[in-house]
Amino acid sequence: MTEYKKIVPAIDPDSAPYWDGARAGKLMIQRCNKTGQTFLYSRQLVPGVDESQVEWVEASGKGEIYSFTVARRPAGAAFADDCPYVIASITLEEGARIMTNVVTDDVDSVKIGMPVIVFFDQVSDELTIPKFKPL
Amino acid sequence: MSRQPVIVGVSDAPTENRGRALPGTHVLNMQRDCAIEALSEAGLTMSDVDGVAVAGMWGMPGPGAMQPNLLTEYLGIRMPKYLDGSNVGGSAFVLHAGHAYEMIKAGVCDTVLILYGSMQKSQAARSLGGRPALFSNQFDMTAGLPSPAGAYAMAANRHFYDYGSSRETLAEIAVATRSWAALNPAAAFRDPLTMDEVLNAAPIVDPLGRQDCCLVTDGGGAVVMTTEERAKDLKVKPIYVLGHGESASHSNINYMPDMSRLEVAEHSSSRAYAMAGLKPSDMDMAMIYDSFTITVLLTMEALGLCARGEGKDFVKGQRTAPGGEFPMNTNGGGLSYCHPGMYGIFLLIEATRQLRGGLGDRQAANVKTAVCHGTGGVLSSGATVVLSNEKP
Repeated sequence: MTEYKKIVPAIDPDSAPYWDGARAGKLMIQRCNKTGQTFLYSRQLVPGVDESQVEWVEASGKGEIYSFTVARRPAGAAFADDCPYVIASITLEEGARIMTNVVTDDVDSVKIGMPVIVFFDQVSDELTIPKFKPL
Repeated sequence: MSRQPVIVGVSDAPTENRGRALPGTHVLNMQRDCAIEALSEAGLTMSDVDGVAVAGMWGMPGPGAMQPNLLTEYLGIRMPKYLDGSNVGGSAFVLHAGHAYEMIKAGVCDTVLILYGSMQKSQAARSLGGRPALFSNQFDMTAGLPSPAGAYAMAANRHFYDYGSSRETLAEIAVATRSWAALNPAAAFRDPLTMDEVLNAAPIVDPLGRQDCCLVTDGGGAVVMTTEERAKDLKVKPIYVLGHGESASHSNINYMPDMSRLEVAEHSSSRAYAMAGLKPSDMDMAMIYDSFTITVLLTMEALGLCARGEGKDFVKGQRTAPGGEFPMNTNGGGLSYCHPGMYGIFLLIEATRQLRGGLGDRQAANVKTAVCHGTGGVLSSGATVVLSNEKP
């Protein structure tokens, strides 16, 4: 596999299950065992819910675009060949919001509310990034 | 003895040369020059200063950036009683003014120097590459979100979707701000700008183009606050700080609860207004952090200058330009005057100058009150102050 030159996440104990899940082809999100609400980013506390426990669950991988931008200029040289590319905040079916790429040849067709589905982009031996494509 | 806090001195560093600091300037001597100028316009000296507040992108690498320590040392300030290095992004200086208010009011200290300096343009220190993929940034930085512009672009797209605002709405803001800059000899960009030029500018992150984004300049500034009592002996008209507020809601844009609603500014400003005993409709002008045109649209709605979703009507037809109904960002803003990375201090400087009066062409008519609102991070933190040139 060719060397991956883009920025890689600084994986920490809170986020390791997310990235481990991605390597196994699963989109993992967190859920509150008290209210059932799902959320990201991953942390060892449910925001706003006292005395709750966090559990990891596999998401369906379906969602819709909450908002997005088309990068006409890259976030550093490593992304230059990708321009124009889409980064979106996606509301998953389960409720959590996730930000990643929506990969499409037709960036101008991307709209808020568009249904999307996850796929797993293995970019190196160590790293697989969950990304989305139009459903 | 009135301990009512007032602003008595302001200064900004020269960056007329397309945003570059003068030759021979560095981050400390720039702040020295601003400090001395701001103190001397009030008739104060460094030995009067007993509080120091500073934020910036510079500092001593290692544990703590230690900016307050470095400036206390460099400026020879003797045993200050209040130190503030709170660094919550570009809003920090407005937040410092709120903290300084409380420290002065409580009698902890008498005279506070708020400082800022940046050489980011001369050092070519900024790029769209943004921040490391750490903590809550692990996901979007990995996806190549140009930062911070991409985050603001997402808020803009969502605001367009929710409220029917548009690129034209944002262009109104860019054009009005440039018209003010044309009247400010210190502004980096003073050439007239048209709606078409904004709409046809190089796209950066849809829907934001080049003219929707703030400048990258050097720059610095100083604000001196003291008590109304102390100001009686000074040679400037004091500007009263009547109220303040601050808040934060997220660090990464994905975790902003509602991207088309700037809740932190709703919270910080409602506290500032209540403290001042004033309403949004009592404000004669506004100085709003304009990192991007969308920042202004979201903020004016959150400050209650218009209802949520009605910002598009508020700015239409150059209502905030010179000669318009509501003066806003009268120095030319971060969009056209200067943006050294953390712009908040310039909101306080310009509001003070407008409220003092005598700015010639740039003077907004009949202004007695001003609201200043700083934004930090990616719509993450907010700080508001309400100022007046009339005794409360």
